[in-house]
Amino acid sequence: MGEAMATTSASALRRDPTRRILGGVCAGIAERVDVDPLVIRVAFIAAAMAGGLGFVVYAVAWILMPAGAGEAAPRGGGPGSVEVALGVALLALSLLLAFRSLGIWFSDAIVWPLVLVAAGGALLWRQSTRQERAPRKERAATVSRTGLGVALVIAAGLVFLQATSSLTAARDVVLAVLVVVIVLGVIFAPWILRLVRSLSAERAERIRSQERAEMAAHLHDSVLQTLALVQRADDPKQVSALARRQERELRAWLSGRTDKAEGRLASALEDAAAEVEEAHRVEVDVVAVGDRELDERSDALVAAAREAMVNAAKFGGGSAVSVYAETQDGKTHVFVRDRGPGFDPAGVPEDRRGIRESIVGRMERHDGRASVTSSSDGTEVELMLG
Amino acid sequence: MTRVVVVDDHELFRAGVRSQLEGLVEIVADAATVDEAVGKIDVEQPDVVLLDVHMPGGGGVEVIKRTESDTRFLALSVSDAAEDVIAVIRAGARGYVTKTISAEELADAIERVKEGDAVFSPRLAGFVLDAFAGAAPAKPDGDPDLDQLTPREREVLQHLARGYMYKEIARRLDISTKTVEAHASAVLRKLQLSSRHEISRWAAERKLL
Repeated sequence: MGEAMATTSASALRRDPTRRILGGVCAGIAERVDVDPLVIRVAFIAAAMAGGLGFVVYAVAWILMPAGAGEAAPRGGGPGSVEVALGVALLALSLLLAFRSLGIWFSDAIVWPLVLVAAGGALLWRQSTRQERAPRKERAATVSRTGLGVALVIAAGLVFLQATSSLTAARDVVLAVLVVVIVLGVIFAPWILRLVRSLSAERAERIRSQERAEMAAHLHDSVLQTLALVQRADDPKQVSALARRQERELRAWLSGRTDKAEGRLASALEDAAAEVEEAHRVEVDVVAVGDRELDERSDALVAAAREAMVNAAKFGGGSAVSVYAETQDGKTHVFVRDRGPGFDPAGVPEDRRGIRESIVGRMERHDGRASVTSSSDGTEVELMLG
Repeated sequence: MTRVVVVDDHELFRAGVRSQLEGLVEIVADAATVDEAVGKIDVEQPDVVLLDVHMPGGGGVEVIKRTESDTRFLALSVSDAAEDVIAVIRAGARGYVTKTISAEELADAIERVKEGDAVFSPRLAGFVLDAFAGAAPAKPDGDPDLDQLTPREREVLQHLARGYMYKEIARRLDISTKTVEAHASAVLRKLQLSSRHEISRWAAERKLL
């Protein structure tokens, strides 16, 4: 048990599902201490032979060690997880019983409570190491798991006391403590209640004032700073660039987009537009219809669109750049347009890699396509990803 | 010159619009509240009302509802929340532009609204495409279905969203500017008259995102 706790407290310790035999625990530990996994495996098997301790430690480690890269999100528990847990428990039990009958055994008074503590402790630890704010429907499961864990640990204590026949003495102590607690509870109940209420009121007030402070801090860092900069700037272009950047930031902050739409195409394009706008001092407007998750291919699309925006900002003669992205039925079109003097796409020298490599080549490598049309009215780059 | 009333609860902004549009249109009055706006519009009978979406007392939507005279409205707002934009269009505004628009473009939009045409900013075009995204395309020659866009209307809207002007769209699609205007007006009418509650639900959902 102690050994297992020690290993889990190391934060970088992760199971390695890619080289696993059972759960990847040995491979994970081997990775961490930089030895061959076989060494760790042999050590575990030896520990398992010596009274079954190895099994307990392994099971606990399996539960407690988070999986490293390579395994698709193991938390949450699929439909089969209860069966798997039951199966593992029964398997461990049968092995323990086998060792017991073989005589490789400490004593009932130690091993059984230890097993219960291990199981209960594992449940509790797993609960506490999970994400802090679980979705609502997961909360009931969390409570019942925590309850089960507590019950198991208490049972372990009782079994140990029973086995060492000190339960009667313990019962007297518990009874005395219980009586004292009830008496004190009745006496102090009103104070305790009031204390709890005032604490929760205080907490609510603290949260409110924290929110106010956060908003004040945000406005100070962003809007007030920008206003100060605007007052000192002489160049109207610079003023409008500052104002637009601030507007973008404030809108994103007000709509709470920053933490919600992360990893979506539309917000990635808007971020790219904001960067280009800032770097080149040219207005870049993004209109998006429909949206999709970001993956390797749509990342490439954003990168190509960004390159097109940079080109439009550089060679568009200072005209505003329009970006339009449309996602429908799994297909995404992105148009990047400027109103500059235009150029001849065929006349671009071979060594200019911007369009050929970063836009057309990149899209083709990801099964998309790109086309550039240019006239004296401006240039439009069209990107398509199926 | 086109007679315009400016309605906005920010005095600084009204003054800004006044000085920017100097010489381009004639601003006959301005108003800071819904009541003031309704009174002045009914007295002055302007060609076009530049209307702020957000105002105390019901905002632009309320002004449009309570005005009796036959005037045209152009919504002008810093808000780009779909819900606000769609609400003011459905109340009867002929178009929507953001406050960052340049003076020339704004004057141009005012003239367009005066003629009874629709004014789509790229963002509004995007909103409309989004709102009608679920619907199957309408038959180009069949009954004009208010809940659907014809392929041509979609095409026009997509070009608007890509930042093209009416005359550029006309050249690209090989139709006349008048036809492009007709398509835009038809889309605006559909947006106003469509019974699809999806439009308001869609807008509400967008706001939540």
